[in-house]
Amino acid sequence: MSLLLLIEQVLNGLQFGVMLFLMAAGLTLIFGVMGLINLAHGSLYMVGAFAAAAVAGATGSFLLALMASLTAAAVAGALIELLVIRRLYDRDHLDQVLATFALILIFSEGTRWVFGSFPLFLDIPAALSGPVTLPGGIQYPAYRLLIIAVGLVIAFGLFQLIARTRIGIRIRAGESDREMIAALGVDISRLYTIVFALGAALAGLAGALVGAIQSVQVGMGEPVLILAFVVIVIGGIGSIKGAFVGALLVGLTDTLGGVLLPGVFGTFMEASAATAIGSSLASMSIYILMAGVLLFRPTGLYGTA
Amino acid sequence: MTEALLQIKGLRKAFGALVATDDVSLTLRRGEIHALIGPNGAGKSTLIKQIAGGLKPDAGEIWWGGQEITALSTVARARAGLGRTFQISALAMDYTVLQNAVLGALGRQGGVWRFFAPVMKDPDLREAAMAALTRVGLADQAHRRTAELSHGQRRLLEVAVALTLAPRAFLMDEPMAGLGASGSKRLTGFLDDLRHEAPILLVEHDMDAVFALADRISVLVYGKIIATGTADEIKAHPEVREAYLGEEVPG
Amino acid sequence: MIREPHINTALFLLLPVTAGVAWLLDEPFIITLTTKVAILALAGVGLNIALGLGGLVSLGHAAFFGIGGYAMGILASHAQSYVPLMEVPFLIEGTKSMPVIWLVAVIAGGLAALAIGALSLRTSGVYFIMITLAFGQMLYYFAISWPAYGGEDGLSIYVRNGFPGLNTLDPVQFFGLAFAALAFVLFLAGRLAAAPFGLALCAARQNAERVETVGLSPYRLRLLAFVISGAITALAGALFADLNRFVSPTMLSWQMSGEIMIFVILGGVGRLYGPVAGAALFILLEHILGGLSDFWHIYLGLLLLLVVLFARGGMIGSLVRRELAHD
Repeated sequence: MSLLLLIEQVLNGLQFGVMLFLMAAGLTLIFGVMGLINLAHGSLYMVGAFAAAAVAGATGSFLLALMASLTAAAVAGALIELLVIRRLYDRDHLDQVLATFALILIFSEGTRWVFGSFPLFLDIPAALSGPVTLPGGIQYPAYRLLIIAVGLVIAFGLFQLIARTRIGIRIRAGESDREMIAALGVDISRLYTIVFALGAALAGLAGALVGAIQSVQVGMGEPVLILAFVVIVIGGIGSIKGAFVGALLVGLTDTLGGVLLPGVFGTFMEASAATAIGSSLASMSIYILMAGVLLFRPTGLYGTA
Repeated sequence: MTEALLQIKGLRKAFGALVATDDVSLTLRRGEIHALIGPNGAGKSTLIKQIAGGLKPDAGEIWWGGQEITALSTVARARAGLGRTFQISALAMDYTVLQNAVLGALGRQGGVWRFFAPVMKDPDLREAAMAALTRVGLADQAHRRTAELSHGQRRLLEVAVALTLAPRAFLMDEPMAGLGASGSKRLTGFLDDLRHEAPILLVEHDMDAVFALADRISVLVYGKIIATGTADEIKAHPEVREAYLGEEVPG
Repeated sequence: MIREPHINTALFLLLPVTAGVAWLLDEPFIITLTTKVAILALAGVGLNIALGLGGLVSLGHAAFFGIGGYAMGILASHAQSYVPLMEVPFLIEGTKSMPVIWLVAVIAGGLAALAIGALSLRTSGVYFIMITLAFGQMLYYFAISWPAYGGEDGLSIYVRNGFPGLNTLDPVQFFGLAFAALAFVLFLAGRLAAAPFGLALCAARQNAERVETVGLSPYRLRLLAFVISGAITALAGALFADLNRFVSPTMLSWQMSGEIMIFVILGGVGRLYGPVAGAALFILLEHILGGLSDFWHIYLGLLLLLVVLFARGGMIGSLVRRELAHD
């Protein structure tokens, strides 16, 4: 395999990784602050993608579409937080799993009802649809490069938000001591709604950005949700840094595994069998990564408890 | 009767900059009650957790009989005969009192890998469980749900479950808490006899009970044992008086 | 108030009575639906051992359900094509015999549960949920990308597998088999819950520290419960694949895991007959609501939400008074 191809695949892995980070960051914040496992996070990803596709279809503006994805997912997130999720904070994980599973059913079927079963398409804006030439003569799609940049900017922004701002301090305080910050007069239920809507907006944005590369369809959120879980297990619950490292690890492993493993097996076995075994193993590679992390660090790379 | 069954040598545990257990050494001899006292936050719970196996010390050794058990799990230590009661009751709250006691008897018998015979109809287990409940005075509560018991009764149930294990030594974390005056007095009398079955390392805030029961007392302050001795020695010890009463150590 | 044993008896009789009436009326479709209820209930009884007794919120039980299904598909497809599964180091041939398939399914499901459980049980709480879900998804993607047994399209067999002395193609006889398996496993699960193992396992759910302190290892108790649970769910998977004469990665999907959990919850967690009630209700809803609207999952979701938020004991729990602990 040529070096250029390898670099391209590494970039693909990074692009996949930062998208996973947008999902995992919201999940891990919601878990860290509210102690809630939210299976419906994938639905918010889907809501973002559908909102973007609908607005792009109506207006033709990609920028408006992205704004719509953020807004729609944040509103949907705030709404389910107010109606359902806040009744679940004091419940055990089983109840949280079931209620948020129920939300998936409602969101998925509701979306199918409104938009039908056929996938929608969200076009990459013309200005970004071509390749750009990177140093070293590598041709790489401009849009994917933009995704990487957006992901990194958001990651940087989140780190700053958590570390520097007043709401970040409250989030960190909420993680360590709920009663304390309630006693200090912070309106905790409003804080929770804000955190939930923020996580939802990030998921929605990820859905819209990825929706332009893949198709926008019902059920698109859950496979990503499960990968985000793998990211969190690897990175450690509640840690934004863990989510970032875990997301890049998973993105790179998945992308490079799919490209490299068949070749690796091809060096010592017959080609068709190598492709079969290589691609099957590649499909399992991130889970094997997760199992390895579990063996040595059951609470994840940056987990504490 | 002076052989040490449990021996702790130079135990140390720090959480960041906070040294919760600072070079602690103590022994529990056969036939004695050794009380561990100290102001709140002195590190008693941290020490107990390390002895029971729930927390790994940073340094130091724990010996049991002639054997080092520092690296053994809680389960292995319980199997070796360390019977523990908790400061905050650790009971199966949905179970009846009898079921909790049967669980202890089951642990003693080691017959948990049986999948077919109804456990609550096993006459040996029931008998062992009822015997322990009778000893602490809970026999008439046997069929109540544990969650319905008062805090004092839960303490007694903790002791009863430990009894079903027929341990070689007891590790009791504030068994008197919540018992009330008459209950405390009764339990004091019971522990007084129990020391001849197996020695007791007793963490307790009830000083009347401590001074009435303890053969030896160790005082833990800021993670360090500042004194070990008989009740009279401890009462007269200047550093102990300082720790508890704020008196200046002369000189 | 109604007492739980009476409900249990009624639930237990509900299935054969329904199948019997359908047989008299010559309604094979109803018999097949009832068979489906029995098989899905069996999967739920399996999950309930981990979830209800052990408190282990596994969102990856489709893995075992699918493994059972593929045990059936792989063995039967080899028997169908007369190609042995392997020749070296020793010969293993396919089979169309249900008892053999069931045995293989139970063993394969148990071994998979051992491997997944050994890793997942190193953690607890929300980690455990995410990890079981992830391992389930791993098998799903593996089944899709592994071309030998149909990949994404799945694997069909032409004729239902055989059971000595029975004609399994006759719906009512196949129902009898599935129901017998359910009854047998319900009996075993009931004994298990009351046995020393069950006492210790439930105690570990309520307070793991207590169990450790009496010298029992919660990890081992949970791992064994997980293995038994996986094995039973795999048996249900083998039967389910035989019912449809088809197995595909869908059986391994996370939706399947969620559905098996719904059977348990709708009926009542930790109640022996909960999954029977839950599976019956689920299939009933699927056919009533599914007939009314293409989007019946919305109503299922709303119902589930209501049960979780307001009727926490599930169906059986709503019918009986909150029971005292009994011994």
